[in-house]
Amino acid sequence: MDTEFIIKYIPLYVKAAGLTIGLGIVGIFFSLMIGLSVSLIQYFKIPVLKRIAGIYIELSRNTPLLVQLFFLYFGLPKAGIRFSSQACAIIGLSFLGGSYMAEAFRSGLNAIDKVQEESALSIGLKHGQVMRYVILPQALSLSVPGLCANMIFLIKETSVFSVLALADLMYVAKDLIGLYYKTDEALLMLVIAYLVLLLPISVAASFLERRLRYAGFGN
Amino acid sequence: MQDLGIRVLFMGNNFIRLLKGLGVALKISLTAVILSVVLGILLGMVMTLKNPVTKCITKIYLESMRIMPQLVLLFLVYFGLTKSFGINLSGEISAVIVFTLWGTAEMGDLVRGALISIPGHQYESGAAIGLTKLQIYRYIIMPQTLQRLTPLAINLTTRMIKTTSLIVLIGVVEVLKVAQQIIEANRYTVPDSALWIYGTIFFLYFIVCWPISTMAGWLEKKWKN
Repeated sequence: MDTEFIIKYIPLYVKAAGLTIGLGIVGIFFSLMIGLSVSLIQYFKIPVLKRIAGIYIELSRNTPLLVQLFFLYFGLPKAGIRFSSQACAIIGLSFLGGSYMAEAFRSGLNAIDKVQEESALSIGLKHGQVMRYVILPQALSLSVPGLCANMIFLIKETSVFSVLALADLMYVAKDLIGLYYKTDEALLMLVIAYLVLLLPISVAASFLERRLRYAGFGN
Repeated sequence: MQDLGIRVLFMGNNFIRLLKGLGVALKISLTAVILSVVLGILLGMVMTLKNPVTKCITKIYLESMRIMPQLVLLFLVYFGLTKSFGINLSGEISAVIVFTLWGTAEMGDLVRGALISIPGHQYESGAAIGLTKLQIYRYIIMPQTLQRLTPLAINLTTRMIKTTSLIVLIGVVEVLKVAQQIIEANRYTVPDSALWIYGTIFFLYFIVCWPISTMAGWLEKKWKN
């Protein structure tokens, strides 16, 4: 192990980790938006949109992110549609994440008993109010474990962004291996970088899960 | 020139080559799935033991496999082992090792979940009517566990197949690599081939994974009642 080498290249990893987390957060944000809309479309069974949402979920869940990115980044420019690397990364991640988030939201929404809606209507709440005050708060708290697992999954998936020529953690590690042949050091830093990124999120997720389950029972 | 790009697919044996590339990826993922199911069932049983030492070790194994992106694991085995220990593994072998390690962890957790979801009174009732321990497992616990486990294990298979696409990044010649070769070879004659080839791969993966995940969903629904 060459400690001097490690110290010298730490800033490079920090920068790369910043890129990973930045793209991850933007991607997760859009995934949540897409997921919530898709799950609501399916919940309310809106005629045509429901079909489109179903096709979208099947397409996105049954293809790998890497293949989606190759299509977006190398394929689409040939049809005259050109995105930057960052845009491709975010579009790809949101396309993939949207369907996973939708499934998480959907399982939350489905877990709410029909009685809840009927009771709320019978005490005179409007449909919008039923959604706002009765269904969504319970459904969201039930979805949290799934949503957290998806967030970790999506941040892990960002590791393929190096194929878009983005200088993320994988790219930096591969670069250092290629340039200096310091495989051990580069890989060690890579593992530590991902641990530093993902461990806190995973710990926070399990903490949040415990808190929310408690609230879910209405205690 | 709308139909220019798609022509590449049918030139020579390009399409067959793509399918063969997909076959390489599928072979690796299926090998890993079979190994993971066998090892995962063992791991899952170990995880239900009340022994604190095995509990701690399996927990660390599971969490470390879960938290590392699979691509990082691939790099560790493919580049790391070679450099540190002088073990020179081919890309295919590294991929099988990594996906088996990861799949065993995931499968083990599924098995553990299925085993502990069987309520205690099932064991007790079995014992009360005079079944031996082995009979309880054989006739009461196993059938119920398998019903809960099968859809989840099938879903894990599709995840494995999708994740195997990463092996192109450690230099295995699979479907994406073949695609790059075809695109490069036709760069001047068919400049827009990338769109069609990558689009085809997108649908090839879909055609492979969709029936499997649909079956998992169907089984899950069927066995729920």
